[in-house]
Amino acid sequence: MFPNGAAPRRVVVTGMGIASPLGLGVEHVWKRLLAGESGISAIQAFDVTELPAKIAGQVPAGTKATGGLDLNEWIPVKDQKKMDRFIQLALVAAAEAVEDSGWLPEEEEDRAATGVMIGSGIGGLTTIYDASQLVASGRARRLSPFFIPSALINLASGHVSIRYGFKGPNHSVVTACATGVHALGDAARLIAFGDAEVMVAGGAEAAVCELGMAGFCASRALSTAFNDTPEAASRPWSEDRDGFVMGEGAGVCVLEEYEHAKNRGAKIYAEVIGYGMSGDAHHITAPPEDGSGAFRSMRAALRSAGVAPEQVQYVNAHGTSTFADDVELGAVERLWGDAASGLAMSSTKSAIGHLLGAAGAVEGIFSILAIRDQVAPPTLNLDRPSRETPIDRVAKVAQERKIKVALSNSFGFGGTNASIVFRAVP
Amino acid sequence: MSETAEKVKKIVVEHLGVDEAKVTEDASFIDDLGADSLDTVELVMAFEEAFGVEIPDDAAEKITTVKDAIAYIESQKG
Repeated sequence: MFPNGAAPRRVVVTGMGIASPLGLGVEHVWKRLLAGESGISAIQAFDVTELPAKIAGQVPAGTKATGGLDLNEWIPVKDQKKMDRFIQLALVAAAEAVEDSGWLPEEEEDRAATGVMIGSGIGGLTTIYDASQLVASGRARRLSPFFIPSALINLASGHVSIRYGFKGPNHSVVTACATGVHALGDAARLIAFGDAEVMVAGGAEAAVCELGMAGFCASRALSTAFNDTPEAASRPWSEDRDGFVMGEGAGVCVLEEYEHAKNRGAKIYAEVIGYGMSGDAHHITAPPEDGSGAFRSMRAALRSAGVAPEQVQYVNAHGTSTFADDVELGAVERLWGDAASGLAMSSTKSAIGHLLGAAGAVEGIFSILAIRDQVAPPTLNLDRPSRETPIDRVAKVAQERKIKVALSNSFGFGGTNASIVFRAVP
Repeated sequence: MSETAEKVKKIVVEHLGVDEAKVTEDASFIDDLGADSLDTVELVMAFEEAFGVEIPDDAAEKITTVKDAIAYIESQKG
Protein backbone atom coordinates (compact mmCIF):
# COMPACT_ATOMS: atom_id res chain seq x y z
CA MET A 1 0.00 0.00 0.00
CA PHE A 2 2.82 2.43 0.72
CA PRO A 3 4.20 4.13 -2.39
CA ASN A 4 7.64 2.70 -3.32
CA GLY A 5 7.66 0.61 -0.16
CA ALA A 6 8.24 3.75 1.91
CA ALA A 7 7.56 3.94 5.63
CA PRO A 8 4.54 5.83 7.02
CA ARG A 9 5.14 9.58 7.21
CA ARG A 10 4.89 11.68 10.36
CA VAL A 11 1.77 13.81 10.84
CA VAL A 12 1.49 16.97 12.92
CA VAL A 13 -1.28 19.39 13.89
CA THR A 14 -0.76 22.92 12.56
CA GLY A 15 -4.18 24.53 12.93
CA MET A 16 -7.23 24.20 15.18
CA GLY A 17 -10.77 25.61 15.31
CA ILE A 18 -13.69 25.17 17.70
CA ALA A 19 -17.36 26.12 17.83
CA SER A 20 -18.78 24.87 21.13
CA PRO A 21 -21.22 25.56 23.95
CA LEU A 22 -18.38 27.49 25.61
CA GLY A 23 -18.23 29.74 22.58
CA LEU A 24 -16.16 30.18 19.45
CA GLY A 25 -12.41 30.19 19.14
CA VAL A 26 -9.86 27.74 20.54
CA GLU A 27 -8.23 30.12 23.03
CA HIS A 28 -11.53 31.55 24.28
CA VAL A 29 -13.06 28.11 24.80
CA TRP A 30 -9.91 26.68 26.42
CA LYS A 31 -9.68 29.56 28.86
CA ARG A 32 -13.28 29.08 29.95
CA LEU A 33 -12.82 25.31 30.19
CA LEU A 34 -9.79 25.66 32.45
CA ALA A 35 -11.70 28.18 34.59
CA GLY A 36 -14.32 25.50 35.29
CA GLU A 37 -17.13 27.25 33.44
CA SER A 38 -20.11 25.34 32.06
CA GLY A 39 -21.70 25.74 28.63
CA ILE A 40 -24.89 23.87 29.52
CA SER A 41 -28.14 25.85 29.64
CA ALA A 42 -31.91 25.63 29.27
CA ILE A 43 -33.20 25.14 25.73
CA GLN A 44 -35.14 28.16 24.54
CA ALA A 45 -34.99 27.75 20.79
CA PHE A 46 -38.02 25.44 20.76
CA ASP A 47 -40.78 24.14 23.00
CA VAL A 48 -39.51 21.48 25.41
CA THR A 49 -42.75 20.98 27.36
CA GLU A 50 -43.17 17.43 26.10
CA LEU A 51 -39.53 16.49 26.52
CA PRO A 52 -38.15 14.99 29.75
CA ALA A 53 -34.74 16.56 28.99
CA LYS A 54 -34.92 20.35 28.71
CA ILE A 55 -31.27 21.40 28.66
CA ALA A 56 -28.35 21.24 26.26
CA GLY A 57 -24.96 22.62 25.36
CA GLN A 58 -25.74 25.23 22.74
CA VAL A 59 -23.32 27.40 20.77
CA PRO A 60 -23.98 30.87 22.22
CA ALA A 61 -25.05 33.74 19.99
CA GLY A 62 -22.77 36.76 19.93
CA THR A 63 -20.02 38.13 17.75
CA LYS A 64 -16.45 37.20 16.89
CA ALA A 65 -15.36 39.84 19.36
CA THR A 66 -17.32 38.26 22.23
CA GLY A 67 -16.61 34.65 21.29
CA GLY A 68 -20.19 34.02 20.17
CA LEU A 69 -21.79 33.11 16.87
CA ASP A 70 -23.19 35.58 14.37
CA LEU A 71 -23.50 33.53 11.18
CA ASN A 72 -23.41 36.66 9.03
CA GLU A 73 -19.80 37.16 10.06
CA TRP A 74 -18.89 33.76 8.61
CA ILE A 75 -21.23 32.77 5.77
CA PRO A 76 -22.95 34.94 3.13
CA VAL A 77 -26.67 35.24 3.93
CA LYS A 78 -27.76 33.72 0.63
CA ASP A 79 -25.63 30.62 1.30
CA GLN A 80 -26.83 30.06 4.87
CA LYS A 81 -30.15 28.58 3.72
CA LYS A 82 -28.30 26.05 1.57
CA MET A 83 -26.76 24.30 4.55
CA ASP A 84 -27.95 22.79 7.78
CA ARG A 85 -26.54 24.18 11.02
CA PHE A 86 -24.04 21.31 11.33
CA ILE A 87 -22.44 22.45 8.07
CA GLN A 88 -22.47 26.07 9.22
CA LEU A 89 -20.68 25.11 12.43
CA ALA A 90 -18.19 23.02 10.44
CA LEU A 91 -17.42 26.03 8.24
CA VAL A 92 -16.91 28.25 11.29
CA ALA A 93 -14.47 25.82 12.95
CA ALA A 94 -12.72 25.10 9.63
CA ALA A 95 -12.25 28.82 8.96
CA GLU A 96 -10.53 29.25 12.31
CA ALA A 97 -8.36 26.16 11.82
CA VAL A 98 -7.31 27.05 8.28
CA GLU A 99 -6.48 30.66 9.19
CA ASP A 100 -4.61 29.43 12.24
CA SER A 101 -2.49 27.07 10.12
CA GLY A 102 -1.67 29.78 7.60
CA TRP A 103 -2.16 27.18 4.84
CA LEU A 104 -4.18 28.96 2.15
CA PRO A 105 -2.56 27.61 -1.01
CA GLU A 106 -2.98 29.32 -4.37
CA GLU A 107 -0.98 26.83 -6.45
CA GLU A 108 -2.94 24.07 -8.13
CA GLU A 109 -0.50 21.39 -6.97
CA ASP A 110 -0.75 22.48 -3.34
CA ARG A 111 -4.53 22.58 -3.50
CA ALA A 112 -4.61 19.08 -4.96
CA ALA A 113 -2.45 17.89 -2.05
CA THR A 114 -4.91 19.28 0.51
CA GLY A 115 -7.98 17.24 1.45
CA VAL A 116 -10.94 17.48 3.79
CA MET A 117 -12.47 14.89 6.12
CA ILE A 118 -15.16 16.36 8.36
CA GLY A 119 -17.78 13.96 9.66
CA SER A 120 -21.00 14.11 11.60
CA GLY A 121 -22.92 11.60 13.67
CA ILE A 122 -26.38 12.54 12.44
CA GLY A 123 -26.13 15.31 9.85
CA GLY A 124 -28.91 17.71 8.92
CA LEU A 125 -31.58 16.63 11.34
CA THR A 126 -33.35 20.00 11.60
CA THR A 127 -33.42 20.26 7.83
CA ILE A 128 -34.87 16.75 7.52
CA TYR A 129 -37.48 17.49 10.18
CA ASP A 130 -38.65 20.70 8.50
CA ALA A 131 -38.72 19.11 5.05
CA SER A 132 -40.71 16.12 6.36
CA GLN A 133 -43.36 18.41 7.76
CA LEU A 134 -43.69 20.20 4.44
CA VAL A 135 -44.08 16.92 2.55
CA ALA A 136 -46.46 15.49 5.16
CA SER A 137 -48.69 18.54 4.81
CA GLY A 138 -49.09 17.82 1.09
CA ARG A 139 -46.67 20.51 -0.05
CA ALA A 140 -43.94 18.33 -1.57
CA ARG A 141 -43.64 20.69 -4.53
CA ARG A 142 -42.58 23.47 -2.18
CA LEU A 143 -39.53 21.55 -1.01
CA SER A 144 -36.32 23.53 -1.46
CA PRO A 145 -33.86 22.32 -4.10
CA PHE A 146 -31.27 22.72 -1.35
CA PHE A 147 -32.91 20.18 0.96
CA ILE A 148 -30.72 17.18 0.05
CA PRO A 149 -27.37 19.01 -0.17
CA SER A 150 -28.22 20.75 3.09
CA ALA A 151 -28.80 17.50 4.96
CA LEU A 152 -26.06 15.24 3.56
CA ILE A 153 -23.23 14.60 6.02
CA ASN A 154 -20.36 14.80 3.53
CA LEU A 155 -21.46 18.28 2.45
CA ALA A 156 -19.52 19.69 5.41
CA SER A 157 -16.35 18.47 3.71
CA GLY A 158 -17.78 19.59 0.38
CA HIS A 159 -18.44 23.16 1.49
CA VAL A 160 -15.01 23.51 3.11
CA SER A 161 -13.32 22.26 -0.07
CA ILE A 162 -15.33 24.65 -2.23
CA ARG A 163 -14.59 27.62 -0.01
CA TYR A 164 -10.81 27.08 0.03
CA GLY A 165 -10.23 25.24 -3.23
CA PHE A 166 -8.89 22.13 -1.49
CA LYS A 167 -8.88 19.51 -4.24
CA GLY A 168 -7.31 16.53 -2.44
CA PRO A 169 -9.22 13.59 -0.92
CA ASN A 170 -12.74 14.67 0.05
CA HIS A 171 -14.16 12.26 2.56
CA SER A 172 -16.49 12.06 5.51
CA VAL A 173 -16.87 9.89 8.59
CA VAL A 174 -20.18 8.70 10.07
CA THR A 175 -19.61 6.63 13.21
CA ALA A 176 -22.00 8.22 15.70
CA CYS A 177 -20.14 9.56 18.75
CA ALA A 178 -16.79 8.16 17.57
CA THR A 179 -16.89 10.27 14.39
CA GLY A 180 -14.49 13.00 15.51
CA VAL A 181 -11.66 10.65 16.50
CA HIS A 182 -12.17 8.47 13.44
CA ALA A 183 -11.96 11.57 11.22
CA LEU A 184 -8.71 12.79 12.81
CA GLY A 185 -7.20 9.30 12.79
CA ASP A 186 -8.26 8.36 9.27
CA ALA A 187 -7.15 11.73 7.91
CA ALA A 188 -3.77 11.34 9.61
CA ARG A 189 -3.40 7.96 7.95
CA LEU A 190 -4.20 9.44 4.54
CA ILE A 191 -1.28 11.79 5.07
CA ALA A 192 0.94 9.01 6.43
CA PHE A 193 0.14 6.97 3.32
CA GLY A 194 0.92 9.83 0.96
CA ASP A 195 -2.62 10.48 -0.30
CA ALA A 196 -2.37 14.09 0.86
CA GLU A 197 0.12 16.52 2.39
CA VAL A 198 -2.50 18.39 4.39
CA MET A 199 -5.95 17.31 5.65
CA VAL A 200 -8.59 19.53 7.21
CA ALA A 201 -10.27 17.06 9.55
CA GLY A 202 -12.81 16.91 12.34
CA GLY A 203 -16.48 16.61 13.20
CA ALA A 204 -19.60 18.75 13.39
CA GLU A 205 -22.99 18.24 15.00
CA ALA A 206 -26.20 20.22 15.41
CA ALA A 207 -28.79 17.81 16.77
CA VAL A 208 -30.10 20.05 19.54
CA CYS A 209 -33.51 20.18 17.86
CA GLU A 210 -36.94 18.71 18.58
CA LEU A 211 -36.28 15.48 16.72
CA GLY A 212 -32.77 15.01 18.10
CA MET A 213 -33.80 15.65 21.69
CA ALA A 214 -36.92 13.48 21.41
CA GLY A 215 -34.89 10.69 19.83
CA PHE A 216 -32.23 10.52 22.53
CA CYS A 217 -34.92 10.93 25.19
CA ALA A 218 -36.70 7.92 23.69
CA SER A 219 -33.53 5.85 23.96
CA ARG A 220 -33.30 6.93 27.61
CA ALA A 221 -29.83 8.33 27.07
CA LEU A 222 -30.23 11.90 28.34
CA SER A 223 -30.01 13.44 31.80
CA THR A 224 -33.45 14.49 33.07
CA ALA A 225 -32.89 15.10 36.79
CA PHE A 226 -31.04 18.41 36.51
CA ASN A 227 -33.30 20.54 34.31
CA ASP A 228 -33.34 23.27 36.96
CA THR A 229 -29.56 23.27 37.43
CA PRO A 230 -28.21 22.77 33.90
CA GLU A 231 -24.57 23.32 34.81
CA ALA A 232 -24.75 20.36 37.23
CA ALA A 233 -26.32 17.92 34.76
CA SER A 234 -23.22 16.59 33.03
CA ARG A 235 -21.45 14.80 35.90
CA PRO A 236 -19.20 12.02 34.64
CA TRP A 237 -18.31 9.32 37.21
CA SER A 238 -20.64 10.90 39.78
CA GLU A 239 -22.76 8.62 41.89
CA ASP A 240 -25.93 10.49 40.89
CA ARG A 241 -25.25 10.91 37.15
CA ASP A 242 -28.33 10.08 35.08
CA GLY A 243 -27.47 10.41 31.40
CA PHE A 244 -25.59 12.61 28.97
CA VAL A 245 -26.36 16.20 28.06
CA MET A 246 -26.79 16.91 24.35
CA GLY A 247 -24.36 19.36 22.89
CA GLU A 248 -23.72 20.95 19.51
CA GLY A 249 -20.63 22.32 17.87
CA ALA A 250 -17.67 21.52 15.68
CA GLY A 251 -13.97 20.84 16.02
CA VAL A 252 -11.57 20.98 13.09
CA CYS A 253 -7.81 20.38 12.91
CA VAL A 254 -5.38 21.04 10.11
CA LEU A 255 -3.21 17.91 9.94
CA GLU A 256 -0.01 18.11 7.98
CA GLU A 257 2.94 15.97 6.95
CA TYR A 258 5.82 16.83 9.29
CA GLU A 259 8.41 17.91 6.70
CA HIS A 260 5.77 19.88 4.80
CA ALA A 261 4.93 21.79 7.97
CA LYS A 262 8.58 22.33 8.88
CA ASN A 263 9.54 23.51 5.40
CA ARG A 264 6.96 26.26 5.41
CA GLY A 265 7.77 27.26 8.98
CA ALA A 266 4.34 26.36 10.31
CA LYS A 267 3.57 26.48 14.01
CA ILE A 268 3.32 22.86 15.20
CA TYR A 269 1.00 22.09 18.12
CA ALA A 270 1.57 18.36 18.45
CA GLU A 271 2.20 15.16 16.55
CA VAL A 272 -0.43 12.47 15.94
CA ILE A 273 1.54 9.38 16.95
CA GLY A 274 -1.11 6.74 17.49
CA TYR A 275 -4.57 5.68 16.41
CA GLY A 276 -6.57 2.61 17.36
CA MET A 277 -10.03 1.25 16.68
CA SER A 278 -12.25 -1.60 17.78
CA GLY A 279 -15.80 -2.89 17.61
CA ASP A 280 -17.76 -4.22 20.58
CA ALA A 281 -19.88 -6.74 18.61
CA HIS A 282 -22.18 -6.61 21.61
CA HIS A 283 -25.18 -4.24 21.67
CA ILE A 284 -26.55 -1.35 19.60
CA THR A 285 -26.25 1.30 22.31
CA ALA A 286 -24.43 -0.18 25.33
CA PRO A 287 -20.81 -1.28 25.77
CA PRO A 288 -19.97 -4.67 27.28
CA GLU A 289 -19.62 -4.41 31.08
CA ASP A 290 -16.01 -5.60 30.93
CA GLY A 291 -14.98 -2.62 28.77
CA SER A 292 -13.15 -4.92 26.37
CA GLY A 293 -13.96 -2.75 23.34
CA ALA A 294 -12.53 0.38 24.96
CA PHE A 295 -9.54 -1.64 26.18
CA ARG A 296 -8.69 -2.97 22.72
CA SER A 297 -9.16 0.44 21.11
CA MET A 298 -6.74 2.12 23.53
CA ARG A 299 -4.28 -0.78 23.36
CA ALA A 300 -4.25 -0.58 19.56
CA ALA A 301 -3.66 3.18 19.71
CA LEU A 302 -0.73 2.82 22.11
CA ARG A 303 0.76 0.02 19.99
CA SER A 304 0.60 2.14 16.87
CA ALA A 305 2.16 5.00 18.84
CA GLY A 306 4.91 2.73 20.09
CA VAL A 307 4.45 3.97 23.65
CA ALA A 308 3.75 2.10 26.86
CA PRO A 309 0.81 3.15 29.06
CA GLU A 310 3.17 4.63 31.69
CA GLN A 311 4.43 7.08 29.04
CA VAL A 312 0.96 8.62 28.75
CA GLN A 313 0.18 11.31 31.33
CA TYR A 314 -3.31 12.44 30.30
CA VAL A 315 -6.45 10.77 28.99
CA ASN A 316 -9.43 12.76 27.75
CA ALA A 317 -12.16 10.25 28.54
CA HIS A 318 -15.26 9.52 26.51
CA GLY A 319 -16.99 9.90 29.92
CA THR A 320 -20.52 10.88 28.88
CA SER A 321 -22.11 10.95 32.35
CA THR A 322 -23.81 7.57 31.95
CA PHE A 323 -23.33 4.11 33.49
CA ALA A 324 -20.64 3.51 30.85
CA ASP A 325 -18.25 5.95 32.59
CA ASP A 326 -17.18 3.22 35.00
CA VAL A 327 -16.84 0.71 32.16
CA GLU A 328 -14.28 2.99 30.48
CA LEU A 329 -12.61 3.66 33.81
CA GLY A 330 -12.18 -0.07 34.39
CA ALA A 331 -10.64 -0.50 30.95
CA VAL A 332 -8.15 2.30 31.59
CA GLU A 333 -7.25 0.85 35.00
CA ARG A 334 -6.57 -2.58 33.49
CA LEU A 335 -4.50 -1.21 30.61
CA TRP A 336 -2.44 1.16 32.76
CA GLY A 337 -2.02 -1.31 35.62
CA ASP A 338 0.44 0.02 38.21
CA ALA A 339 0.90 3.19 36.13
CA ALA A 340 -2.74 4.20 36.75
CA SER A 341 -1.79 6.17 39.84
CA GLY A 342 0.36 8.51 37.76
CA LEU A 343 -2.39 9.20 35.23
CA ALA A 344 -4.74 12.16 34.96
CA MET A 345 -8.02 11.49 33.18
CA SER A 346 -10.84 13.99 32.85
CA SER A 347 -14.11 14.28 30.99
CA THR A 348 -14.53 17.69 29.40
CA LYS A 349 -18.09 16.69 28.51
CA SER A 350 -18.81 17.83 32.06
CA ALA A 351 -18.49 21.40 30.75
CA ILE A 352 -19.77 21.26 27.18
CA GLY A 353 -22.02 18.19 27.09
CA HIS A 354 -21.80 15.47 24.49
CA LEU A 355 -21.16 16.90 21.02
CA LEU A 356 -21.81 13.48 19.41
CA GLY A 357 -19.96 13.45 16.08
CA ALA A 358 -18.03 16.60 17.00
CA ALA A 359 -17.00 15.34 20.44
CA GLY A 360 -13.85 13.48 19.43
CA ALA A 361 -12.50 16.39 17.40
CA VAL A 362 -13.14 19.01 20.08
CA GLU A 363 -11.76 16.72 22.80
CA GLY A 364 -8.76 15.92 20.63
CA ILE A 365 -8.05 19.65 20.51
CA PHE A 366 -8.39 19.84 24.31
CA SER A 367 -5.87 16.97 24.59
CA ILE A 368 -3.42 18.83 22.35
CA LEU A 369 -3.85 22.01 24.42
CA ALA A 370 -3.26 19.98 27.60
CA ILE A 371 0.14 19.05 26.14
CA ARG A 372 0.86 22.59 24.97
CA ASP A 373 0.01 24.25 28.28
CA GLN A 374 0.95 21.38 30.63
CA VAL A 375 -2.44 21.43 32.29
CA ALA A 376 -5.24 18.89 32.63
CA PRO A 377 -8.73 20.40 32.20
CA PRO A 378 -11.19 19.59 34.99
CA THR A 379 -14.12 17.18 35.35
CA LEU A 380 -16.89 19.40 36.68
CA ASN A 381 -19.43 18.29 39.28
CA LEU A 382 -17.33 15.39 40.54
CA ASP A 383 -18.11 15.56 44.27
CA ARG A 384 -19.06 11.99 44.99
CA PRO A 385 -17.72 9.43 42.49
CA SER A 386 -19.64 6.18 42.16
CA ARG A 387 -16.38 4.40 42.88
CA GLU A 388 -12.80 5.17 43.79
CA THR A 389 -9.80 4.78 41.51
CA PRO A 390 -6.05 5.41 41.68
CA ILE A 391 -6.46 7.60 38.56
CA ASP A 392 -6.71 11.33 39.18
CA ARG A 393 -9.94 12.46 37.53
CA VAL A 394 -9.09 16.15 37.94
CA ALA A 395 -12.21 16.87 39.95
CA LYS A 396 -13.60 20.37 39.51
CA VAL A 397 -10.30 22.27 39.23
CA ALA A 398 -7.74 22.20 36.40
CA GLN A 399 -4.32 20.83 37.36
CA GLU A 400 -0.86 21.76 36.20
CA ARG A 401 0.84 18.50 35.23
CA LYS A 402 3.73 17.28 33.15
CA ILE A 403 2.01 16.05 29.99
CA LYS A 404 4.13 14.79 27.10
CA VAL A 405 1.69 12.29 25.66
CA ALA A 406 -2.12 12.38 25.72
CA LEU A 407 -4.78 9.93 24.57
CA SER A 408 -8.38 10.79 23.69
CA ASN A 409 -11.25 8.28 23.56
CA SER A 410 -14.54 8.34 21.68
CA PHE A 411 -17.05 5.51 21.61
CA GLY A 412 -20.24 5.38 19.56
CA PHE A 413 -23.61 3.66 19.24
CA GLY A 414 -23.23 0.48 17.28
CA GLY A 415 -20.26 -0.48 19.43
CA THR A 416 -17.63 1.53 17.57
CA ASN A 417 -14.55 2.68 19.50
CA ALA A 418 -11.65 4.93 18.58
CA SER A 419 -8.62 6.29 20.43
CA ILE A 420 -6.01 8.77 19.28
CA VAL A 421 -2.62 9.62 20.76
CA PHE A 422 -0.79 12.96 20.54
CA ARG A 423 2.65 13.99 21.76
CA ALA A 424 4.59 17.19 22.07
CA VAL A 425 7.01 17.91 19.22
CA PRO A 426 10.29 19.21 20.67
CA MET B 1 -42.36 50.26 -12.33
CA SER B 2 -45.33 47.93 -11.95
CA GLU B 3 -46.14 46.39 -8.61
CA THR B 4 -45.23 42.97 -9.99
CA ALA B 5 -41.85 44.19 -11.19
CA GLU B 6 -41.07 45.70 -7.83
CA LYS B 7 -42.00 42.52 -5.99
CA VAL B 8 -40.03 40.33 -8.38
CA LYS B 9 -36.93 42.45 -7.95
CA LYS B 10 -37.27 42.36 -4.18
CA ILE B 11 -37.45 38.54 -4.24
CA VAL B 12 -34.41 38.33 -6.49
CA VAL B 13 -32.41 40.61 -4.21
CA GLU B 14 -33.34 38.57 -1.15
CA HIS B 15 -32.73 35.13 -2.62
CA LEU B 16 -29.57 35.78 -4.55
CA GLY B 17 -28.08 38.23 -2.08
CA VAL B 18 -27.24 40.74 -4.82
CA ASP B 19 -27.17 44.51 -4.88
CA GLU B 20 -30.53 46.02 -5.88
CA ALA B 21 -28.90 48.17 -8.57
CA LYS B 22 -27.74 45.04 -10.41
CA VAL B 23 -31.26 43.68 -10.70
CA THR B 24 -32.22 45.38 -13.95
CA GLU B 25 -35.02 43.99 -16.13
CA ASP B 26 -32.49 42.62 -18.61
CA ALA B 27 -30.35 40.94 -15.96
CA SER B 28 -29.92 37.20 -16.42
CA PHE B 29 -30.14 35.21 -13.18
CA ILE B 30 -27.23 32.95 -14.10
CA ASP B 31 -25.02 35.18 -16.27
CA ASP B 32 -25.41 38.48 -14.42
CA LEU B 33 -26.59 37.71 -10.90
CA GLY B 34 -24.41 34.73 -9.98
CA ALA B 35 -27.19 32.16 -9.63
CA ASP B 36 -26.68 28.46 -10.30
CA SER B 37 -29.34 26.05 -11.56
CA LEU B 38 -30.53 25.21 -8.03
CA ASP B 39 -30.82 28.91 -7.21
CA THR B 40 -33.12 29.42 -10.20
CA VAL B 41 -35.32 26.49 -9.12
CA GLU B 42 -35.66 28.08 -5.71
CA LEU B 43 -36.30 31.49 -7.21
CA VAL B 44 -39.17 30.19 -9.33
CA MET B 45 -40.65 28.54 -6.22
CA ALA B 46 -40.43 31.87 -4.43
CA PHE B 47 -42.31 33.56 -7.29
CA GLU B 48 -45.00 30.89 -7.14
CA GLU B 49 -45.40 31.38 -3.42
CA ALA B 50 -45.39 35.19 -3.53
CA PHE B 51 -47.80 35.57 -6.43
CA GLY B 52 -49.98 32.52 -5.87
CA VAL B 53 -49.32 31.24 -9.37
CA GLU B 54 -48.14 27.90 -10.65
CA ILE B 55 -45.15 27.86 -12.97
CA PRO B 56 -44.78 24.48 -14.71
CA ASP B 57 -41.25 23.18 -15.36
CA ASP B 58 -41.32 23.85 -19.11
CA ALA B 59 -42.32 27.48 -18.50
CA ALA B 60 -39.79 27.82 -15.66
CA GLU B 61 -36.97 26.77 -17.98
CA LYS B 62 -37.70 29.77 -20.18
CA ILE B 63 -37.56 32.25 -17.32
CA THR B 64 -33.91 33.27 -17.39
CA THR B 65 -34.09 37.03 -16.82
CA VAL B 66 -35.90 39.40 -14.50
CA LYS B 67 -37.98 40.57 -17.44
CA ASP B 68 -39.02 36.97 -18.27
CA ALA B 69 -40.24 36.46 -14.73
CA ILE B 70 -42.28 39.67 -14.68
CA ALA B 71 -43.83 38.92 -18.06
CA TYR B 72 -44.80 35.38 -17.12
CA ILE B 73 -46.33 36.35 -13.80
CA GLU B 74 -48.32 39.21 -15.33
CA SER B 75 -49.62 36.89 -18.07
CA GLN B 76 -50.85 34.45 -15.43
CA LYS B 77 -52.48 37.07 -13.27
CA GLY B 78 -54.16 38.46 -16.40
